[in-house]
Amino acid sequence: MAAGISTLASGGGGELLTGPAIDAFKDAVNAMSVPEVSLPFFFMPVFILMLVGYRQWTKPLVAGALLVVFCVGYFGSMLIDRDYLAILVKPDNVPITIMLLSVSGCLWLAFRQAALNDAKTKAGLPITDEAADTKVLVWPDLVYTELICIVIASAALLIWSIGLPAPLESPANPAGPPNPSKAPWYFLGLQEMLVYFDPWMAGVILPGMIVSGLICMPYFDTNPKGNGYYTLAERKFGITVWLFGFLILWVVLIVFGTFLRGPNWNFFGPYEYWDSHLQVPLTNINLSDYFWNGKELIGFGMNKALPANAMVRELPGILFVAFWVLLLPPMLARTVMRKRFATMGAARFYIMAIHLVVMGLLPVKMVLRWLLTLKYFVYLPEYNLNL
Amino acid sequence: MSQLIRSVLDSIFASQAWNSIFRHGIPRDRRTRVMAVMSNLFLHLHPVAVRKSGIRLSFTWCMGGLTFFLFLAEAITGVLLMFYYRPVPEYAFSDIIALRSHVTLGVLREIHRWGAHAMIIAIWLHMMRVFLTGSYKPPREFNWGVGVILLVVTMLLSFTGYLLPWDQLAIWAITVGSNMGKATPFFGMQGPFTDMVMLPGGVPLVTTKSDAAYILLAGTSVGENALMRFYVLHCIALPLAAATLIAVHFWRIRKDGGISGPL
Ligand code: HEM
Repeated sequence: MAAGISTLASGGGGELLTGPAIDAFKDAVNAMSVPEVSLPFFFMPVFILMLVGYRQWTKPLVAGALLVVFCVGYFGSMLIDRDYLAILVKPDNVPITIMLLSVSGCLWLAFRQAALNDAKTKAGLPITDEAADTKVLVWPDLVYTELICIVIASAALLIWSIGLPAPLESPANPAGPPNPSKAPWYFLGLQEMLVYFDPWMAGVILPGMIVSGLICMPYFDTNPKGNGYYTLAERKFGITVWLFGFLILWVVLIVFGTFLRGPNWNFFGPYEYWDSHLQVPLTNINLSDYFWNGKELIGFGMNKALPANAMVRELPGILFVAFWVLLLPPMLARTVMRKRFATMGAARFYIMAIHLVVMGLLPVKMVLRWLLTLKYFVYLPEYNLNL
Repeated sequence: MSQLIRSVLDSIFASQAWNSIFRHGIPRDRRTRVMAVMSNLFLHLHPVAVRKSGIRLSFTWCMGGLTFFLFLAEAITGVLLMFYYRPVPEYAFSDIIALRSHVTLGVLREIHRWGAHAMIIAIWLHMMRVFLTGSYKPPREFNWGVGVILLVVTMLLSFTGYLLPWDQLAIWAITVGSNMGKATPFFGMQGPFTDMVMLPGGVPLVTTKSDAAYILLAGTSVGENALMRFYVLHCIALPLAAATLIAVHFWRIRKDGGISGPL
């Protein structure tokens, strides 16, 4: 990281392409990339369009054009900005580029086949043809495919390894943390969640519930359709929830955490210089402040000193969390998810619902942070319990 | 010339040694092809015949297989790296430097490191394809669960390996990660409710020297004990766990009726 930072410290300059139009473009992109703009107004619409328009964008020509646009923006930006270039070519960031490209490519493969399969189903045709249903011998059909895959994978790994030296920085110095200190990239979704939650949530409860939720998922999904073939039409709900978790709450947060978080975990646009002296004043306000002191903060409500008793002070937040985690699931069971509740049975339904509402807590907290600079629903430092 | 090669090959195929290893002829017809798969421990992971739809590259993307390939590549390069690496702060960093300059085929560490990153990507993509084909649905629910544990083990393998070069990148990345342990509810010094965990008589049970982070690091910060602990986890415990789980995973694929397909 030290090497990366020293390149960054050059503060840009020396780009191949410069000019006022490019500067204006960079400023616009920087301004739009902050999470409160890019998540609701870019990533979410793209995500929804991906699901709604899967018949259109997966057509080879359209998908190819999208790939070109993506590559021009993603790699072309290296020509117009040194800071961007430095981040993108940092050795441990290279896998992220590979991940983004391969996730996109695989999404295309999946949605393309889903579109074709769903069209067949709609026309009343079977998804497989005779040819696909016949059995073939493992030797030679499968064994040879595997051999070819092994050769290609070995070659790719060797080329990657010869071309890109593994990073090694200065020897470990327990007294000198780099700024920013970052976990390995595949955990940066979790580190990015630290912006919104304390470590006990972002580092323990949420990852724990990601794992337990994944393990339990086959028992949550009682939809018998879509077993063994690509489809979207027959599994809209399941696929939307899962991909929202994987693409938005995991992959996009990794991109934020690795590419766009600089010193002191401040947010920097893709074409911005990582200024380590930048001070961003924190004006985060707790729910209890809003509740007891709303008059001063937002112009309506009470105007009281915070109650001395912590439990009384935090009562609104505690009630909100209790409502969200304990009351919302039974409300769902009685309203929009009534059918699901009936097929799943109470125990199974509530385990699923708890996972869903806790997952939902993250976007809710994000939106409230952006709109109200809300810090905590519940602020009980006496118990190290801040949520 | 070709006459000569033919006769050499024929005598090899007719020899006692060859026939003791491969108990069938060249896999050229149906019988010998079936035998080739059945009489080989490794190929025998597969059934003899599979449905064409299941092995289409567009269906599996070969991602499970690629993950397995990368696991093997990591195991082999990992053993080679162990010849040159000593997990103590005095030597760890310089051993890594020496690897590049003194060891023939100086890309050993590169293969191991980029292979690890590639394995993470491959396992995510494998999970995504299993999800998007609905292959976790009955009867494969359990194998999906085995897969999730494999995912955790794979990420932990990468995480523990990240510390071993003992450079700034390593110790601070692991510090960020293991600081989370300090925040574990009930068991971490800075976590909620930890004050409530006490022995009768009010003796606190969780202290800086017994909390979750301490158990992970064998110390209050990332130091030489943590290096040794991560090394043993990385080279022995976690690979054994992964290998065992992969065996279960593969066995269950067959028991669950092979790769899924439309009914
Ligand atoms: C070290 C990690 C893993 C290895 C080596 C591995 C390997 C494989 C292989 C070779 C297959 C055969 C089909 C294919 O290639 O797609 C497979 C199938 C499967 N894997 Fe994995 N896998 C791993 C991790 C996972 C994970 C993380 C999950 C899910 C969370 C998972 C769930 C499954 C399921 C349910 C099947 C059966 C799919 C079907 O029948 O279509 N595996 N695995």
